[in-house]
Amino acid sequence: MAYLDTASSAPLHPAARAVLDDALRSGWADPRRLHGAGRSARLLLDNARAVVADALDVRPDEVTFTSSGTDATHRGLLGLLVGRRRPGHGAPGPLVLTAVEHSAVPHAAAWAERWLGTPSTELGVDRLGRVRPEDLATLLPGASVLAVQSANHEVGTRQPVAACAAAAREHGVPLFVDACASAGREPLPTGWDAAAASAHKWGGPAGVGVLLVRHGARWRAPFPVDDRSDERASGFENVPAALAAAAALRAVVDDAAVVGARQSALVDRLRAGVAALGDVEVVGDPVDRMPHLVTFSFLYVDGEALVTELDRRGLAVASGSACTASTLTPSRVLEAMGVLTHGNVRVSLAEDTTEADVDALLAALAEVVPRLRAEVGL
Amino acid sequence: MTHPTPGDDPALELDCRGMRCPLPVIELARRIADVEVGQQVAVVSTDVASRTDVPAWCRMRGHTYVGEDVAEDGVPRFRVSRAR
Repeated sequence: MAYLDTASSAPLHPAARAVLDDALRSGWADPRRLHGAGRSARLLLDNARAVVADALDVRPDEVTFTSSGTDATHRGLLGLLVGRRRPGHGAPGPLVLTAVEHSAVPHAAAWAERWLGTPSTELGVDRLGRVRPEDLATLLPGASVLAVQSANHEVGTRQPVAACAAAAREHGVPLFVDACASAGREPLPTGWDAAAASAHKWGGPAGVGVLLVRHGARWRAPFPVDDRSDERASGFENVPAALAAAAALRAVVDDAAVVGARQSALVDRLRAGVAALGDVEVVGDPVDRMPHLVTFSFLYVDGEALVTELDRRGLAVASGSACTASTLTPSRVLEAMGVLTHGNVRVSLAEDTTEADVDALLAALAEVVPRLRAEVGL
Repeated sequence: MTHPTPGDDPALELDCRGMRCPLPVIELARRIADVEVGQQVAVVSTDVASRTDVPAWCRMRGHTYVGEDVAEDGVPRFRVSRAR
């Protein structure tokens, strides 16, 4: 059995599990209250914030816990957009986003168009899934916000965030970075005004997102505010989950260099092994990429059938093929890259994935892919 | 979108209306050898994945993607020139 879909959700890290039970026992009260139980909860929440800030190399007052990575993304992006609005000046200029953002970003952009009257413009990518910062020269003048992911969640390619940030700064456009795919595995890129991360992708519990707003950034709450400690989120904080998320983040950041090097070598092995199977497109940047993730597409193979056959052999993988999506449309990322969308498999390694797991996947693919092709006469 | 020039009509048109991916590309692979090198096959497909997958197939299999136009009923048609 091998779980190879950590980019969708990683199993709970032992470090998170270790603090969760205690935190549930002592962190249930309202952190705003002045009684002992409230003070305990407050202490745990502040502790979680401090640990996350340290692990991500930001200031504690830049960290807000949200209800998910998607929620953090919506708040981060739309808060920068609202911060650009001036009374009496009409709607701000277009929101510029890459064509390969996680769906949370285009969904926020569609909301902004519908309710704030802010149109959006897409920044295209090359065959590897990477934006060209020079394309921004024509898109940024007059733009309200630029959204660029740290690295692509489907193909692993890192984005040139520093160069995009420099271009954005030159045009006075604030930058939002969705770092959900890479946070905990790689250092945060620099140059953002707001950023988002998601705990369940680094081994924290689901239901915890992290919104980062740079000190001094012009961010304004895009949704109704609350009377709680932090105006950037609303609703009662899940203090135990935030603490567990922080503990997991601390642990994965501490191990990131060693684990990343091991995973990256396994991905190299997988890329080479898959390419040797023939009539397959191994996509994304082979070198300048996240360490744990690789995506490939087999000609003439049905993605759903492939995922099902692999699952039957105890191998859990994701797919961006249309037949595996609730919308029955192919992955926007693969489309934007212009690479094959059917027969697609995304593999994202766990902390403890071994060479034997990778070889088991290669052996299963070598058996299943030719059989599925034979079934359609190819 | 590339607009093929009129005159170079496809030698073969494949009706893949209603087929879901990967069936249109499978049909294309099965039938490409039915035309001569330099002749065109057109894939008429309602499957949105064909817009990406037909050009990708051409690149992977060494054929030439000519471009997209529409069939008489307005369904997208993807044109491929056999190159080998």
